[in-house]
Amino acid sequence: MSESLTIRGGRVIDPVSGLDAVADVLIADGRIAAVSPDAGKEAREAVDATGLVVCPGFVDTHTHLREPGFEHKETIASGTLAAARGGFTTVCAMPNTEPAADTAAIIEFVLRTAQAEGAIRVLPIGCVTKGRQGRELAELAELAAAGAVAFSDDGSPVTDAHLMRRALEYASMLRPPAGGLGLPVIDHCEEPALSADGVMHEGWVAVRLGLQGVPAAAEESMVARDIALAGLTGAQVHIAHVSTVGSVELIRRAKSAGLPVTAEVTPHHLCLSHEAVLLGPAETPGGLAFDTNAKVSPPLRTSEDAAACLAGLLDGAIDCIATDHAPHAVEDKLCEFDQAAMGISGLETALGLCLSLVHDGRVELPALIEKLTIGPVRALGLDRHIESIGTLSVGAPGDVTLIDPEAEWTVEPERFASKGRNTPLAGRTLRGRVVATVYEGQVVFDDR
Amino acid sequence: MFPVPGVGGRGMNGRTVLTAEDVRRAVGRIAHEIVERNRNLDDVVLVGMRTRGVPLASRLAAAIQEFESAQGRVPVGALDIGLYRDDIPAMELRPQIRPTELPTDIHGKRVVLVDDVLCTGRSIRAALDALIDFGRPASIQLAVLVDRGHRELPIRPDYVGKNIPTASNEDVQVLLEETDGRDEVVVIPALSEVEGQVEGER
Amino acid sequence: MSEEPTVAGGAIAALEVQPAWERRHVLDLDDFTRPEIEIVMETTDAMKEVLGREVPRVPALRGKTIVTLFYEASTRTRASFELAAKALGADVINVAASDSSVQKGESLYDTVRTLQAVGAQILVIRHGSSGAPYLVARRVEMNVVNGGDGWHAHPTQGLLDLYTMRSHLGDLRGKRVVIIGDIAHSRVARSNLWGLATLGAEIVVCAPPTLLPYGMRPDGSPPEEPLALPPVIVETDLDRALEGADVVMALRLQLERMASGLLPSLREYARLYQVNEERLARARPGALVMHPGPMNEGVEISSAVARSLQSAIEEQVTNGVAVRMAVLYLLARGKP
Repeated sequence: MSESLTIRGGRVIDPVSGLDAVADVLIADGRIAAVSPDAGKEAREAVDATGLVVCPGFVDTHTHLREPGFEHKETIASGTLAAARGGFTTVCAMPNTEPAADTAAIIEFVLRTAQAEGAIRVLPIGCVTKGRQGRELAELAELAAAGAVAFSDDGSPVTDAHLMRRALEYASMLRPPAGGLGLPVIDHCEEPALSADGVMHEGWVAVRLGLQGVPAAAEESMVARDIALAGLTGAQVHIAHVSTVGSVELIRRAKSAGLPVTAEVTPHHLCLSHEAVLLGPAETPGGLAFDTNAKVSPPLRTSEDAAACLAGLLDGAIDCIATDHAPHAVEDKLCEFDQAAMGISGLETALGLCLSLVHDGRVELPALIEKLTIGPVRALGLDRHIESIGTLSVGAPGDVTLIDPEAEWTVEPERFASKGRNTPLAGRTLRGRVVATVYEGQVVFDDR
Repeated sequence: MFPVPGVGGRGMNGRTVLTAEDVRRAVGRIAHEIVERNRNLDDVVLVGMRTRGVPLASRLAAAIQEFESAQGRVPVGALDIGLYRDDIPAMELRPQIRPTELPTDIHGKRVVLVDDVLCTGRSIRAALDALIDFGRPASIQLAVLVDRGHRELPIRPDYVGKNIPTASNEDVQVLLEETDGRDEVVVIPALSEVEGQVEGER
Repeated sequence: MSEEPTVAGGAIAALEVQPAWERRHVLDLDDFTRPEIEIVMETTDAMKEVLGREVPRVPALRGKTIVTLFYEASTRTRASFELAAKALGADVINVAASDSSVQKGESLYDTVRTLQAVGAQILVIRHGSSGAPYLVARRVEMNVVNGGDGWHAHPTQGLLDLYTMRSHLGDLRGKRVVIIGDIAHSRVARSNLWGLATLGAEIVVCAPPTLLPYGMRPDGSPPEEPLALPPVIVETDLDRALEGADVVMALRLQLERMASGLLPSLREYARLYQVNEERLARARPGALVMHPGPMNEGVEISSAVARSLQSAIEEQVTNGVAVRMAVLYLLARGKP
């Protein structure tokens, strides 16, 4: 029996083929069957997408699903539902769980749970080192065999340069059958001796608030190191959540030198700055918010840094947008700034926030969609695991997101699907929202 | 905007009940009464209540000195009752307090407390508490330029410049050269609320 | 002293047109206007008079409960607030971080909600994390006084320093105030900067670059916009900084700064930055010497200078009680 879904009359944007036209999208048996102006003419029932944008489901290279171990912050079920609401059909789950995903058993657990309870596709990332301790390599080949698509100790950097070198060398042999380089190692670049006890960007706001800063150099020095190691080993380094002018420039130069370096940037590093910590979402006694919901690692930096990240995204220095969705429980944020957990619950606001760049005329909509779909796929080589993912090519997974780029809505964290209500955008009006999300031909989120 | 005090502000639109000459006579009369009642002025201290009780106390001291020149000047102090009041939040936009300055130890002295207007008696109650914190006077007497009635506490003045019966929604304002640029006492009818807060002194 | 008490404010004072005190919290001096500072200073005068009495106690805050919640050990500041509260007739509850619920891991938020529920009207909080009093002020009905938060602010110390300076120098406009030492990590310095800037003083900070906050450049280059702190003159050379100073304020050097590589040694610091008699000679004759305490005598200040006639260090402590009385009184009796 052939199950099918027709999405009719939308503006279809598929960055891979360059398609940007009104067309129908036909999905059959969970796969894209046809995309053309009259593909849906025959269908008796169809989703009317008139006035909407229809594009491949978004792919996130950087999601914290928290399960196992921190189910009070997020579960695979709640996190994937949040992803679906944000227009994502694939998320790469970071391994800083408890226990950490440093064994095949945890990778298998994540895959199995996602299969059973998840709304969308979860591709697990395995640890680089055992227990994320930065001392011994995890069993990378076993992790790869179990389904890990990349390795990372995210939350922490791989501080030991020698160990990082060995990780890159070792991972380079772990080539998926579809070819290419070995599995990428994703590094959270932050030189701990420089970031020390810093809780926000080292800049005027930190001085104003008397908070210890994390200098941009803490990130840049390790980005430089990782680039050197990519050159040394020929293995792919993926720089997580780039946040500074200097990092963008280092990566740009590395790429032009042909080094196997990729990078991602978060919506908040593109669109917000450290002033968010100062001002907060609402007026506050004394005029200083000390907004713990704007506390994130790497920290929100200056508007110049954000502009450089955007420029890097547009000229290809940065490959994709990744949410770094980092949900936390209320009590993790309702506390002193120094003690507050780092992170922003980002899946459900990613599109709305990024669309502000489109509305401001700084990015074209197709370019933005590219950085949310095929960009991340190519950065981590995810199409080696799932064929044609991130595209609307015939035979690709039936993952489609429907967007109303103009609809205004107010961010109400209490209505998030995510358990993490930690967002500095609470109460803010965003323009552009996800209307529906289709995963493998099934409507997993529908807000028409 | 709030009325600017002194120059045309305080006392505006009021009905004059005491002229400068009346004020001068009232002060002279009270001074005489004080001398009469306190034969030996040696242990008398005049304590003016801030703000307008202070210049009044000084004038009384000067008047006493005038007709009792042999005895020298009666010491004058200034008492601030701000820290002893029980009625500030409802009345003042801005709680203003200043130091109390007593020229001498009041223990065993006969203190004459001086204020411009006596009304409910609550300020005097606060003043008594404040004074007693500085020692145990032999006695405390009360001199006021105007008694307008409406007492809420069992307090009775010993010396009164003039009794002025008023309605409770009227206000009596004493203007003095030292603080307001002229001597005059006026009754302000149907006090507006804002003025009441700003001027709320009694 | 004049023979007879004066009527306040020189006769036709503009008392009644001055702005009202509408402040519910005292979190820092960064948002204090000059008239607000004046109100505190004037009220402090009256409190000094109360403290000079044989029985320094008035019933102004009778029936009010004031809680001091101290997450950092501090004998001086806590005792100062307690004395202030008691002198105003308030009931005082002291809660220290070593106390049970706090130690049992109860969150700051839950702790202050509890203190509010038991009926406290004013909360004085000292905390090692910058911004903790702001978190509290946002979420309780109590009046909150910042008793020092992290590196951020110490407004009552700032006010007592301003009061002390004014009582010696009068109007601070154009007066040269030199603050020496660990500016980067000093909440005292920060609150002083805001208050001094509002009162129009010329501020000089003097420290090695490792003890200056980000963006405060000793090379004379203009500070980056937007300004994190009020504009100051930055000097690394103490002799130059002290030239013509009206006030010389040495900050306490936290001895753990050595361990984090900010300074090579105490000896070198003392050699370069200690306020001693020889150095003080460069300041204006009779320049006021201040220190927020507790002092490391022989490190940031010499014993001779600390005990000299120019030293206002003890007076700062006395003024501290009076200023805190003023702050508590104004918060409690201000317009609700």
